[in-house]
Amino acid sequence: MSITVPAPRPELAVGLDCPLRVLDLDGSRLPEPLLDGHLGDIDEHALTNLYVDMVRVRRLDVEAFALTRQGHLVLWPPLLGQEAAQVGPARALGDDDWVFGSYREHGFALLRGADMGEFARIWKAYAHSGWDPQEIKMAPSQIIIGAQTLHGVGYAMAAKMDGAAEVALTCFGDGATSEGDVSEAMVWASAFQAPVVFLCQNNQYAISEPVAVQSGVPLALRPTGFGIPSMRVDGNDVLAMHAAARIAFERARSGGGPTFIEAVTYRRGPHTTTDDPKRYRDKAEEEQWLAKDPIDRVERALERMGANMEAVRAEAKIRADQLAKEFRAAAEHAVPPTAEAIFDHVYAQPSPRLERQRLEHRAFTSSIEAKA
Amino acid sequence: MTPQTAQNANTETLTLAKAVNAALADSLEGDDRVLLMGEDIGKLGGVFRVTDGLQDRFGPQRVIDSPLAESAIIGTAIGMSYRGFRVVAEIQFDGFIYPAFDQIVAQVAKLRYRSQGRVSMPLTIRVPFGGAIGSVEHHSESPESYFAHTAGLRVVTASTPQEAYSTLRAAIQSDDPVLFFEPKGKYYTKGEVDRSIVRDLETANVVASGRDVTIAAYGPTVDTALRAAIAAADEGIEIEVIDLRSISPLDVDTVVESVRRTGRLIVTHEAPAESSVSSELIASVAERAFQHLEAAPERVTGYDSPYPPSAVEHDYLPSIDRLLDAVDRTLGRRNSRTGLDYSAVTPATVTTGAAR
Repeated sequence: MSITVPAPRPELAVGLDCPLRVLDLDGSRLPEPLLDGHLGDIDEHALTNLYVDMVRVRRLDVEAFALTRQGHLVLWPPLLGQEAAQVGPARALGDDDWVFGSYREHGFALLRGADMGEFARIWKAYAHSGWDPQEIKMAPSQIIIGAQTLHGVGYAMAAKMDGAAEVALTCFGDGATSEGDVSEAMVWASAFQAPVVFLCQNNQYAISEPVAVQSGVPLALRPTGFGIPSMRVDGNDVLAMHAAARIAFERARSGGGPTFIEAVTYRRGPHTTTDDPKRYRDKAEEEQWLAKDPIDRVERALERMGANMEAVRAEAKIRADQLAKEFRAAAEHAVPPTAEAIFDHVYAQPSPRLERQRLEHRAFTSSIEAKA
Repeated sequence: MTPQTAQNANTETLTLAKAVNAALADSLEGDDRVLLMGEDIGKLGGVFRVTDGLQDRFGPQRVIDSPLAESAIIGTAIGMSYRGFRVVAEIQFDGFIYPAFDQIVAQVAKLRYRSQGRVSMPLTIRVPFGGAIGSVEHHSESPESYFAHTAGLRVVTASTPQEAYSTLRAAIQSDDPVLFFEPKGKYYTKGEVDRSIVRDLETANVVASGRDVTIAAYGPTVDTALRAAIAAADEGIEIEVIDLRSISPLDVDTVVESVRRTGRLIVTHEAPAESSVSSELIASVAERAFQHLEAAPERVTGYDSPYPPSAVEHDYLPSIDRLLDAVDRTLGRRNSRTGLDYSAVTPATVTTGAAR
């Protein structure tokens, strides 16, 4: 791997003053020279698909939240409000590209094809990973903040070594940008010109801390210090997100190295189902962001295009309800792991010591069962 | 031990550092998915010259001079592992491994388990470790217990050039993540190496037989134990020396089998005693061979302090005399060096052991 050390290019940070936007709040199209050329094929049909995706993702999120409140799941980190920031880039990915995300990437998991039955198991605490990473080309969700950015860079370096035109997308939040790993990931991505895209969903909060605690400058300015071009994008505009991701993936695929996208969005719900946002933010702020809702905006855009919104809504609802039903059934009927699973897959070569402990545990459980 | 001359055409005389180099070269040669990554390993050949010549031979695509970031060395190696590469990552010094601790114990160690066996991490992490190089702070440490405590990692070491070669070959071939702790104080000791030997990562090796006392050691203390055995033989004491080789998994069976014959156990390593390999080994032997023990097991280890400045390291590291004192205590005999008679005292009243 040859190393180049690009100089900082602050001129390549676009959207610092005002995030790039294609769809205005009323659904009208705004001219955005940087992005427009990458949306030529997005007609009413394509926009409808993005709309349905977002509705499904939201429905899954709402259902999971309810399931947690009802005791079927142990925890849920909602993505409510971030649908566009995930669906836009997810639909720009190629089949062979990889995603290295955090624990709030439900939109990516769904659109990459994660099995809902397996997916539910994570949030029932039945499994650490809710899909086959090799099958859907998405690493297990990551709880250690920012750690996955390095994995994404490493994967991208490996793809480049193999001469494959593949991209790694790594997703993280505004809080993660303070972690050393994320800076290290940008150092490496820049040094090796790795085909990686950093997607920072700036949802304004790291649990209770506003983004101002993490950074006094726009997050999108930071990567330019590493020589990485960046785009600050309206994360509630699915078209802008889709176009920005296309630009970044195309750059990576054609040997142009890494790109950083800051999706300026809002976490409308709590950090997780155990959190209480009332303690650290006010209603006025929440309402202000409600007006920027990513799904409402696309509805207005489709109406302007002359779409039969009633039919589109009905279709989206059927598909979303179907997904919610599937997920609920999966969550309610998921089979917990056996105690034996404690001892599985710790090593590639079984460890005699652990196998002994497996037998000890087996004997202990049968002694209880024998008494019962 | 004095280096021997080559016995046959299959062996060559190499320093331990060169043996590691040979293992890396043969691994790179034999599998094009193997690559090396670390700070200064390319042009410079590593700060100990362990990777000398490898970048010239295999190119900068496979012997990668990385930026200075330990967490990133391991974190990006994880990403490469997803794509089927077998990365051999070098951490330059034992004391520099801590920035990578999260990536090693929370990511590398657990990915197979977390993914129910769907993700493999065939990653080898080379770490020069231990004392006796006379350098400054953070350049001489023994952090192996932190990793031995972590399920999912294999932790191995080597005491001779042959062991270094054979162990590293096996580590790179293993589908498990392996931390390979190289005894940097022994890098320039010479020995015979047969490149056809690739060992397992599980078993200990009895390197000297004896009927009176078992000394279990690993890495740099194997040599100290062998020298102690030679000295003890002058006084008619037979010491069995076991090179543990693997720290995790520990080959308790071999040690138990030996203790059944000798009835006495001493464990020695440079790392501090608290929550260490000796803690684990003595506990395991007590669980499984208590009735065979004729005396309380002994530990001769680094003290439970940070590594001291290297000017006084010789007082900190296990020495032949500290080992021999432990031998006398466990045999309950008169110490020929100090004149202390251990036949009349119980181990609990003796305060010279590292672990008391």
